[in-house]
Amino acid sequence: MAALARLALFDHELATMTSELSNIVGFVSLLEELDTTNVDPLAHPLDAENVFRDDVPSPSLSTAEALQSAPRHDGQYFLVPAVLGESGAA
Amino acid sequence: MQPADLSAIDLVAAVRQGDLSAVQCTEAFLNRIQYCNGAINAFLNVDRAGALACAESIDVRRRSGQPLGPLAGLPVAVKDALCTADLPTTAASKMLENFRPPYDAFVVSRLRQADAVIVGKTNMDEFAMGGSNENSAFGPVHNPWDFSRAPGGSSGGSAACVAADMTPVAIGSDTGGSIRQPAGLCGITGLKPTYGRVSRRGLIAFASSLDQIGPMARSAADCALVLETIAGHDPGDSTSLTDAVPRYTSLLEQPLAGVRVGRVPEHFAAGLDPEVAKGVEEAFAVLKAAGATVHDIAMPHAKYGVATYYLVAPCEASSNLARYDGAHYGHRASAKPSSAFESPLIEMYCRSRAEGFGPEVKRRIMLGTYALSSGYYDAYYAKALKVRRLIRQDYLDAFEHVDLIGGPVSATPAFKLGEKTGDPLAMYLVDLYTVSTNLAGVGGISFPCGFTKSGLPIGFQLQAPALGEPLLLRASDRFQRLTDWHLRRPPNLTALCTPKG
Repeated sequence: MAALARLALFDHELATMTSELSNIVGFVSLLEELDTTNVDPLAHPLDAENVFRDDVPSPSLSTAEALQSAPRHDGQYFLVPAVLGESGAA
Repeated sequence: MQPADLSAIDLVAAVRQGDLSAVQCTEAFLNRIQYCNGAINAFLNVDRAGALACAESIDVRRRSGQPLGPLAGLPVAVKDALCTADLPTTAASKMLENFRPPYDAFVVSRLRQADAVIVGKTNMDEFAMGGSNENSAFGPVHNPWDFSRAPGGSSGGSAACVAADMTPVAIGSDTGGSIRQPAGLCGITGLKPTYGRVSRRGLIAFASSLDQIGPMARSAADCALVLETIAGHDPGDSTSLTDAVPRYTSLLEQPLAGVRVGRVPEHFAAGLDPEVAKGVEEAFAVLKAAGATVHDIAMPHAKYGVATYYLVAPCEASSNLARYDGAHYGHRASAKPSSAFESPLIEMYCRSRAEGFGPEVKRRIMLGTYALSSGYYDAYYAKALKVRRLIRQDYLDAFEHVDLIGGPVSATPAFKLGEKTGDPLAMYLVDLYTVSTNLAGVGGISFPCGFTKSGLPIGFQLQAPALGEPLLLRASDRFQRLTDWHLRRPPNLTALCTPKG
C-alpha cells in the first residue's frame, strides 16, 4: 500500500501505522450495517453540472514563475532523476 | 479607545472617516502580534513591512480623495493554506517549507482589491488535517484562554489570532469543521459557507468536494462584512456558484419571529460534556426569546457522519496530495542510492514524500489509497458515497420542517495539548458535530454561547440549507445582540504573554 501511495515509510513508522490503520478501518466499517442497495453514490454535494468555457488563449505563468519553487531546474526545464533504470544509477 | 476594542465594521468606518489612519490601525495590531504571538504561535509568518506599506498606500489614497475598498485598512490574517504571491505558503508542512506561490488565491486577491491589509499567515494542522492544530510541522498553537490547551483545528491559528485580538478578522478553511470547531474552542465566531459560495482557487486542496473558505471574527456581523467581499463566482473554480452575492450586512435587521430552529435529541446523548449541554440548551432559550421556535427533529444517519467523512476525505486527499512529487515544487529528498525502488525517479518520489509529510498526512494518504484500491473501492469509497447521499437527504428532509438546525459544535470545551495525539481515532471523533455539514454541502456557523466554570468558551452551531448564509448570519447576530459572550476576552492575556524581542 505504501508503494502504491509512493510513500517510503520508515521502519519505525510501519508497526504503528499498521495498527492505527486497522483501528480506523474497523471504525469506518460501521457503514456496513446500512443497506444502501438502491442508493446512488453522491460524489459532489450540490449536483453540479459540467462547466464549459470558450477556448480563448490567455497568458499563463512564465517559465521563470513556473520554475521559481522547483527543487532543481536548468532555467528551462524541471530536472528529475532518471525515469528508467536501476535505482542508484542517478 | 484602542483599535482592538472596535469591531471590524467600526474599524473600517473609522478609517474611512479619517478618525483612524490605516497605518495606526495596522501598527496597533502588529504590535499586539509582536507581543502575543511568541506565547500563542498563531502566526507562521508576519509581513510587517508589507502590511505597513499597504496601509500607507491606503492612507495616501484617502488623503488625496481617491475611492477606497470596502475593507480599507482592516488587518486580516490568512490561513497558511491559501496562496499568497508575496509570502511563503506552507500549509504548515515541511513539504512546502520553501514554497513561494506564483499567484494569489482568489480570496486573497479579493481581500487586496477591497483594500484589506494582509498582516500574515496563520498556523494550522498540516494540510488542514487535524482538529487540534497539533499536526503543524511548525509547533502547536496555544489556546489564548488556557495556554496548556489546544485551540482546535485545523484553522487553530486563525481562531487563536482573533481570540487574542491579534487581528479583528481572519480567514480559515473548513473541510470537516476546521473553521467552526476552533472558533467554538476559542470563543469566536466562524462561518463555513455553502459549498461553492467562496472560490477555492489557490486554496491548497485537501478534499475538494468538502473544502470551503470562510471568515472568522468576533461577531457574526463582522463575518458578514468579510463574506460579502470574498464570496462570489470565479471562472477559475468550476465548482464556485454563480448565484448573486447578497449584501449580508444589510440583511441583519429583520427579527427572528417565525424562524424555526431544529434541535436533534441525539446530539445530547452520552459523550456530550454536561457544561456544554447546558450552554447549548441556554442558547436555544435565547433564540426562543428572540422570537424563534425550537422543534425536535430526526437526523437518522447522523451517527454515520464521521465514518463516512473519514473515507471520503482521505480518498480525495490521497488523490490531491499525489501532486507533491518533489519534481515541480516542494521538498525533494537528496539521492541516497538504494535497490529497494524500481527506478531513481520512483525512489525520489517515495523518499521526498516520506520526508516531507508528517504522520497524520501519511495516515490519511494511506487510508485513502487503501479505500480507493482495486478490490476495496466498492466496500469503502463507493459505500461512503452512498451513505453521503443518505446524510444529505437527512438535511433535505429536516429543512422541510425547520429553517435552521442548532446544536453543539464540539462535545467538549478545549482539550489539553497532547491529550489525544496518541490516538488518531479519538481525534477523529472530535469532528462528530461538524463533518455532516460538509458532506451535505450546506452552511454552518459557530459562536460562543457561554463558558465553563473553569473559564473555557462553549460553542453553539447553527446550520442552514444551501445558500442560507443570510439567515445564519442574521440569527447569530440577533443572538449576539442579546448576549455578550462574544465580547469576552481571555483574562490576563497581556500579562501572560512574554514580549518577543
